[in-house]
Amino acid sequence: MRINGVLPGVISALALGMAMAMPAHAQEPIKVGLLEDVSGDLALMGMPKLHGAELAVEEINNSGGIMGRQIELIHLDPQGDNARYQEFARRLLSRDKVDVLIGGITSASREAVRPIIDRTDTLYIYTNQYEGGVCDASMISNGAVPEQQLSTLVPYMVEHFGKKVYVVAADYNFGHLTTEWTEKLLADAGGEVIGKEFIPLGVSQFAQTIQNIQKADPDWLMMLNVGAAQDSFFEQAMAADVHYPMASPIKVMLGFEHKRFAPPALSGLKAVANWYEELDTPEAEDFKKRWHAKYPDEPYINDMGYNAYVALYQYKMLVEKAQSTELEPIREVIATGEACVDSPEGEICIDPKSQHTSHRMRLVSVKDDHTVETLHDFGVIEPYWLGEIGCDLTKENPQTQYSPDNLPG
Amino acid sequence: MAAEIFSVLYQFADVFAFLILAAAGLAIIFGMMGVINMAHGEFIMCGAYVTTALVHQGMPLILAQAGGALAAGVAGIVLEITVVRSLYARPLDSLLATWAVSLIVTQGMLVLVGSSFAGGGTPEGSFQVGIYTFSTYRVILFLAALGVLAFIYVLFMKTRFGVHARATMQNASMARALGMRTNLVYALTFGLGAALAGLCGALYAPTMTLIPTMGATFIVESFVTVVVGGTNVLLGTAPAGLALAVVRTALIGWHGQIAGQIGMLLAVMVMIRILPNGFSGWLGKWARNM
Repeated sequence: MRINGVLPGVISALALGMAMAMPAHAQEPIKVGLLEDVSGDLALMGMPKLHGAELAVEEINNSGGIMGRQIELIHLDPQGDNARYQEFARRLLSRDKVDVLIGGITSASREAVRPIIDRTDTLYIYTNQYEGGVCDASMISNGAVPEQQLSTLVPYMVEHFGKKVYVVAADYNFGHLTTEWTEKLLADAGGEVIGKEFIPLGVSQFAQTIQNIQKADPDWLMMLNVGAAQDSFFEQAMAADVHYPMASPIKVMLGFEHKRFAPPALSGLKAVANWYEELDTPEAEDFKKRWHAKYPDEPYINDMGYNAYVALYQYKMLVEKAQSTELEPIREVIATGEACVDSPEGEICIDPKSQHTSHRMRLVSVKDDHTVETLHDFGVIEPYWLGEIGCDLTKENPQTQYSPDNLPG
Repeated sequence: MAAEIFSVLYQFADVFAFLILAAAGLAIIFGMMGVINMAHGEFIMCGAYVTTALVHQGMPLILAQAGGALAAGVAGIVLEITVVRSLYARPLDSLLATWAVSLIVTQGMLVLVGSSFAGGGTPEGSFQVGIYTFSTYRVILFLAALGVLAFIYVLFMKTRFGVHARATMQNASMARALGMRTNLVYALTFGLGAALAGLCGALYAPTMTLIPTMGATFIVESFVTVVVGGTNVLLGTAPAGLALAVVRTALIGWHGQIAGQIGMLLAVMVMIRILPNGFSGWLGKWARNM
């Protein structure tokens, strides 16, 4: 690890030396600070995020950079530790003076970094799907949010499987807020949560949970379990011969559980995603080919890795339209409502009111042999919820996270 | 009703097996040798990875599991000879050294094998009692935990190696003076502890996600059981596992996983306040006063 840390340093020092030797009018690079966990419990998901960012930076630099300036990627590994997230965010902002900060995996890490970003004039791009609701002018979210994932998935499940739902969720802000969302959407669809269980991160034994589910006998399960330890649920439920239909906004596209577990542990699971590696449009195929050429050992290109890739192109588009790396000119571009890029999923745009990103959402289902089929294309869905409840970043900046139980005003 | 009673027993057996299997190897290394082995979780991971790799090679599960335990045992012997041996008189240094090994191994596995490893699937199917279905394999885990306790008892109380090991741990220089090869005893005992950790990983490998940091999910339970149990493996670990499993099962059944986690740790605090030397210290004193 130490050698790994030194070598890029040496190389970038050499590169810097060469840059200095170039003619004086060559411009300074644009510095991109990246915080992604590539060791620790979240390395599984963080590694593709680093790769996605590296691939995008390489492509952009090879085709002339942003406004003629090269991108310099500075990656630090917070190892899944929120205190390190804060320390490294401060370091990137004050010592390295990055032009933009990208990254973070869990909602807890995002909320740890956000207050630090809010005290600066630097843009932050959060590249994960999450529970939604952050109304903050310093942040762009380019992952899918509940109105894109859950308001499509929950009515589908109620229609096809029934109204009684059991929720298994990780015990932190993502799990609790997504459970709130599930309850709200179920109420709208005429269903109800008949049981819910919050599991501390790191718990790997689920015999009791499995029996609680059997006792409640729901029509389907909403799986909001997070992390490798909690994923053991699927194997253990299958071993106990417990097979309820399952839905999840985070399985398959994110943690590629269907690749990691022996079939048929995830058979029948339904998920809604803007990206999953099985997506086979021509643009997606081309993107996957470039990715695997650079990273032949990548087990799965997950949605976070894809989002991390797209984030660099969104940033390039914003800077080139604004002709500046400053936050305010960039926000003026977003306010026009024309901050769009062509991505492997299709054209996606940043919403002026919430600074979240529109996505083309598709419903996927895991088959018995763990191949994934696309069942339905919902088309492009706007991130409308924050705007509906009164968040309008073109007018004011509350820097707050809202949820169905915590509305503005 | 019968289904409910069986369900409670099954849950208890499940928690008990997890505590005993997670703690057995740590208890031997700590209880017998006084070494706080921070690389315990990595021996568990080693057992799980080797087992699964052998299963992928087409080996029957039970042989693969023996292979996993054996591999962890050999790794333990190597670690004892290279690192732990020179640190017996310095418990804090051995703690630091084994922790370093743990960090090197988890990161090394991440670099070499990658961030995840495809699992093999749980064998043995399921059975039904009332409205519930249960995994048969988890009953086997419970029997394995009882088997491990019996094995430790027989090995240390009924065999020549056990006598030598206990003599060496009590007074190494006297044992050496009497002609015992204490270095060998140390290496084998450490290897045994590592092999039991590897066995834990081997047994749980089919039921869990395999990642380089998977040992961490066993660590809290194993340390807690050893702390409550005290230094004697036979008098300590088994009753500690029993007591903690009762507390944890009751609380999980009553109010879910969070209550179980909090309750178990609270119970540990109370128990080490009342029994500072653990169950084995208390039982030992009681036996001496008889």
